[in-house]
Amino acid sequence: MLDAIGVGSVDDLFAEIPGELRLAGKLGLPAGLSESECFDQLASLAERNADAESELCFLGAGMYDHYVPALVDAITQRSEFLTPYTPYQPEVSQGGLQVMFEFQTAISELTALPVSNASLYEGPSSVASAAYLAIGATKRRRLVVSRGLHPHSRDTLRTYARGFDAEVVEVGLEGGLTSADELQAAVDSETAAVFVQSPNFLGAVEELEQLASVAEAAGALTVASVDALTLGVLRPPGECGVDIAVGEGQQLGGRLDFGGPSFGFFCATEDHLRRMPGRIAGETMDAEGRRGFVLALQTREQHIRREKATHNICTSQALNALGGVVYLAWLGKRGVVELGELLVRRTAYARERLAELDGVELLHDAPVLREFAVRFEAPVPDVLDRVAAEGIGAGYWLGREYPEYDDGLLIALTERRSREDIDRLVDALGRAISDANDAFSPRSEEGASRPAEVPS
Amino acid sequence: VTAPNPPTTADVPTPQQRERATTIFERSVAGRRAGTLPPLDVPERPLDELIPRRLLRERPPELPEVSEPEIVRHYNRLSRRNFDLDTGPYPLGSCTMKHNPRLNERVAALPGHARLHPAQDPKRAQGALDLMWRLERALAEICGLPHISLQPSAGSHGELAGLLLTRAYHEDRGERRHRVLTPDTAHGTNPASVTMAGYEVVKVATDERGGVDLDDLRSKVDADVACLMLTNPNTLGVFDERIAEITQLVRDAGGTLYYDGANLNAIMGRTRPGDMGFDIVHVNLHKSFSQPHGGGGPGAGPIAVSDRIEPFLPVPRLVRREGADGAAPAFDFEYERPKSIGRLRGFAGNFGVFVRSYAYIASLGGDGLTEASETAVLNANYLLARLRRGRAGRFLPLAFDRLCMHEFVLSGDAAKRELGVKTLDVAKRLLDYGFHPPTIYFPLLVDEALMFEPTETETREGLDALADAIEEILVEAERDPEVTRNAPYTTPVRRLDEAAASRRPVVRQPL
Repeated sequence: MLDAIGVGSVDDLFAEIPGELRLAGKLGLPAGLSESECFDQLASLAERNADAESELCFLGAGMYDHYVPALVDAITQRSEFLTPYTPYQPEVSQGGLQVMFEFQTAISELTALPVSNASLYEGPSSVASAAYLAIGATKRRRLVVSRGLHPHSRDTLRTYARGFDAEVVEVGLEGGLTSADELQAAVDSETAAVFVQSPNFLGAVEELEQLASVAEAAGALTVASVDALTLGVLRPPGECGVDIAVGEGQQLGGRLDFGGPSFGFFCATEDHLRRMPGRIAGETMDAEGRRGFVLALQTREQHIRREKATHNICTSQALNALGGVVYLAWLGKRGVVELGELLVRRTAYARERLAELDGVELLHDAPVLREFAVRFEAPVPDVLDRVAAEGIGAGYWLGREYPEYDDGLLIALTERRSREDIDRLVDALGRAISDANDAFSPRSEEGASRPAEVPS
Repeated sequence: VTAPNPPTTADVPTPQQRERATTIFERSVAGRRAGTLPPLDVPERPLDELIPRRLLRERPPELPEVSEPEIVRHYNRLSRRNFDLDTGPYPLGSCTMKHNPRLNERVAALPGHARLHPAQDPKRAQGALDLMWRLERALAEICGLPHISLQPSAGSHGELAGLLLTRAYHEDRGERRHRVLTPDTAHGTNPASVTMAGYEVVKVATDERGGVDLDDLRSKVDADVACLMLTNPNTLGVFDERIAEITQLVRDAGGTLYYDGANLNAIMGRTRPGDMGFDIVHVNLHKSFSQPHGGGGPGAGPIAVSDRIEPFLPVPRLVRREGADGAAPAFDFEYERPKSIGRLRGFAGNFGVFVRSYAYIASLGGDGLTEASETAVLNANYLLARLRRGRAGRFLPLAFDRLCMHEFVLSGDAAKRELGVKTLDVAKRLLDYGFHPPTIYFPLLVDEALMFEPTETETREGLDALADAIEEILVEAERDPEVTRNAPYTTPVRRLDEAAASRRPVVRQPL
């Protein structure tokens, strides 16, 4: 090969790198491993994690331990879906393009908004992408955000807003729900969009229609972050006056994967189609009249429009979105309703059982679907450590993100958490709260200085 | 060439061409289903007793009603309508379509990774944090920069992060700068990211050798320039040997230096962006580090930064604390970083991608990564040497005549003028020959551009076959350019009307 090129050595191919910039020695990395050694090393790392197979998981806060059907893995692991690039050559990418079209149809149907893109990175950055659209559409730069929006979404929005030169104003919660009065006061003629989430971070189902009407009256857009898996049961954002619905897609057949990769979705009313971020597949015909699919409206995109693009995204989450549409087909029209109903009833059961415990009260009594918040009369991190020692991940401590709910815990249900599991959780929490209070009471000198022992 | 050429007509449609595309929704039949759910094991309370009726959906969404075997057949049928890397060469420039080792899929699927909840207490996710730490250290070594954030979800997300870091860096010094320089050869994501970060794009010209035009750069560098974004080797596959001078020029004017790591596969173990003078680098784990492209994601775009940028990195930051008295070190996430730009997304990034890329790095080791880059450059130069000969050399000459790094750009201008076939036509005819075409019409400054990146995982035989196919296509075009202009003939659909799809967009199916 070197002869064909006309050089004497591989070094000659790197001759244009100036001597002083060449790496003097070797890369300071360990030697390569055989496949079996590598597997063993990764397996031993994995063993040091308490995953949802080894403990009973009631953690949610945006990602949920739903069952991933075997079918989803089988299809997403096919070479033909796993290994191609973005479909720049549509004649040999009809499979992937049609998947995008089906995905858009499914998400649009769930949200009852007419246009959807083919995925974004994940939930919170999709919220921030909606802000970019809203600023472009309204030429306004004020973003009004409910405190019920996921803290990661609010933080991401603030990060992006510095680039957009936009102001972010937060609206508080009342009884677990976005305060309509505060929202009314915060929204003005400079407001580009109002950002809400339903169910919100505390699990409460928001009065979307009422909130959207406040935004609309001021000429601002309403952006709702929604949990797509709840939309078999909940009134969809498109029927509530919402202009843009975004969300995290992990719930739809995605693994937990310690937070990613998953996918984000982005749907809107028709008038925002040409400002949408990300890839969009469109239906068309070939030269002989056959039905086919292509990347539509590419003039929005960075590879064509460069600095005038509606977004900078290139690599998105096509494979995860495929998993999402396969999951929705697996669940089907009846399954998505049944699953929603099962979650509502299991959540109601768990919430009532928890509220009966001494030292536990509901953080709010707004309607909930799959997740709810309680308050403990005991230090939450200590209680969590105690139940973790029994192999239970009881939920998400609200204190880190919400100082006002320092005593709060967010508990999530999925179809994998049976009544028996819930009873076990209630039982363990009851004991842990009581033990924690004993340990921290002034009468127990020894316990007060000794945190619970937890195997790491 | 022993095998006969592919068909030059579509008079007899292939079975796939005869099959009308049918969506999963069109396969729906009322009453069918695939998935089953656990039974209700708690009291069956009326729904509207738990959630007010006004908040409930009146009509169920029209998801498909199909059985599991039908779903399998449907998506298997669709899969056969895709060309993929496991089927044949995929020399798509700037995309680094290298083999995706299957070991990486296996380790990513281990329950300790795949079923680990992102809100798990870090104390009980030490294996995951340790893996992220190891990946951070490996990327720092490869990039020659000390600090890493794994958080960005893809290359363009890393670019946005880098520009927001630049903004925070200048603001911390009490400066407000407005302009970002990018060469005219830059990936489209660069200028799009600049705009999203609130900066103005200023283009820098390319000189006659394919590098940055230094005079043009000098005339544009001033105290209003926040950053220079550069790829080196650039999208022409050219290593800019004056890189140290370029970075120094911008540094002296107070700007930051951003390295687009999309082309990192050319230089691993040979030279490092940090040593070239860059402050911020993004790494596409789905390019150089073998995460499968998935038909357009997922990827991950970690960033490596210099000391002066570190205080502004996104939160949470991964930290390692030495154990007392010989105990194992402990890993944690740190949130209190007052100068941080904040979060870029939920949780701590695309961990599943980190697992695959870490497994790739651990498999190859330092020497293996160096060899990967060397072979990628060797393969590109070999393919280029083959394409300098014969008709390709005449009709598709190299745009900038010099040795290349891991990719190179040909110009189809002569083919268009002399044969009457455009780059698009050559690309479409390659499909009939069983190859994915190179990247076409990019970079923009080359007329009728074809950008080839074969990567290190193509064999010499594969490269020869690709060069032979291109020669054969040009022979056909000399004989009858209509053959090329009407290609492809054998794909599931033939050329599609892309203009109609944008004029009257149909982006979902009515149900």
